[in-house]
Amino acid sequence: MKMIVPVEGASGNSEISGSLGRAPYYLLYDTEAEVSTYIENPVADSPSGAGVGAAQTLIDAGADVLLTLRCGDRAYEVLREAGIKVFLAISGDAESNIEAYLQGRLSEFASVHEGHHHGAV
Amino acid sequence: MKVAVLSGKGGTGKTMLSVNLAAASGPSTYVDCDVEEPNGHLFFKPDESFGETVSVPVPRADRDECDGCMACVRFCRYHALAYSLDRLIVFDDMCHSCGGCAEICPRKAITEHPREVGVFRTGRSGDVSVYTGTMNVGEAAGLPVIRRLLEMTAFSYGKNIFIDCPPGSSCSVMECIKDADFCVLVAEPTIFGAHNLEMVSELVRVFGRPYGVVLNKVIENERDPSEEYCLDNGLPILGRIPFDIGLGRTCSEARIASRENVVFERMFREIFEKMTEMVSR
Repeated sequence: MKMIVPVEGASGNSEISGSLGRAPYYLLYDTEAEVSTYIENPVADSPSGAGVGAAQTLIDAGADVLLTLRCGDRAYEVLREAGIKVFLAISGDAESNIEAYLQGRLSEFASVHEGHHHGAV
Repeated sequence: MKVAVLSGKGGTGKTMLSVNLAAASGPSTYVDCDVEEPNGHLFFKPDESFGETVSVPVPRADRDECDGCMACVRFCRYHALAYSLDRLIVFDDMCHSCGGCAEICPRKAITEHPREVGVFRTGRSGDVSVYTGTMNVGEAAGLPVIRRLLEMTAFSYGKNIFIDCPPGSSCSVMECIKDADFCVLVAEPTIFGAHNLEMVSELVRVFGRPYGVVLNKVIENERDPSEEYCLDNGLPILGRIPFDIGLGRTCSEARIASRENVVFERMFREIFEKMTEMVSR
């Protein structure tokens, strides 16, 4: 299974990012291989639609599960369509979140926020 | 002559001024581009004889033709497209209708379909032709409706056109002033008003448009930060509209001062004559 955590840095045990679409990196953790890789977020500075762009990145990475603090309605729609499960993370670092998920301490997103929709004209 | 009436903030008197200028200098055309909340028609009460919906094209993919190459998803810089499990997801409200996705699709699987975003109406009020645009509730962008309005009024046929702009200095305002012969900046005598006047005056200078300022709600012998800004920076002042209870009441009752009162009619006509003079110079 492949898990994704949006993170602030691309090394060591990074802090989870407060934003899904604007996170600079995504930590991809493969539970079978027990391997972590960092994916750069290509849409972090996009004027608009970062949430949808991020969701696309997650799909392309083959993610099964996303651990995030927040998720906008559009990104959620794309993720749901792709069958990616979204879990509500806890603030802190990526490792403790993955641990919490594996121990079954995180719960699935019940609701999404309306999003910031940056750059709407 | 095409005159754009703008201000950095709402409530300074854009509609009051454009309505009265149009009424005082008829036959003319009044175009309400404040499509989020158009209210010039409340003054003119035109007999609206013509109306049409405004639509923008949005993409749809033919699932049988689409092979999931994702060229369109990568192309869309607004991220209005996503591809998941053999299906192209389109977020209509994020689409800027550039048509690039349909153009770039190697299998020609994308076609464009109209999506309604607003309406415009036209009608007459005396010798003034009134054009009103209204965007649908929930829409993020008023630009398509504004463009349609300006397209409709691109030719003046010798009449003066007054464009009542949306407030601020964003892209919808730029659309309204880019073909204007003259820009009128309306300012009120507050520090906030002066700050917003500075912002719009910078914008009209970027566009290289001739412009002038109308000071509104002027109180005799009171400090006016907007006037100070004009004097300090050499902005031409076209006129001063007094903070007058009669004018205020006329406006709040949605009546047109320059049609009812010769003093106001003369005042608005003088403002207009000053612009004409500046343009012909």
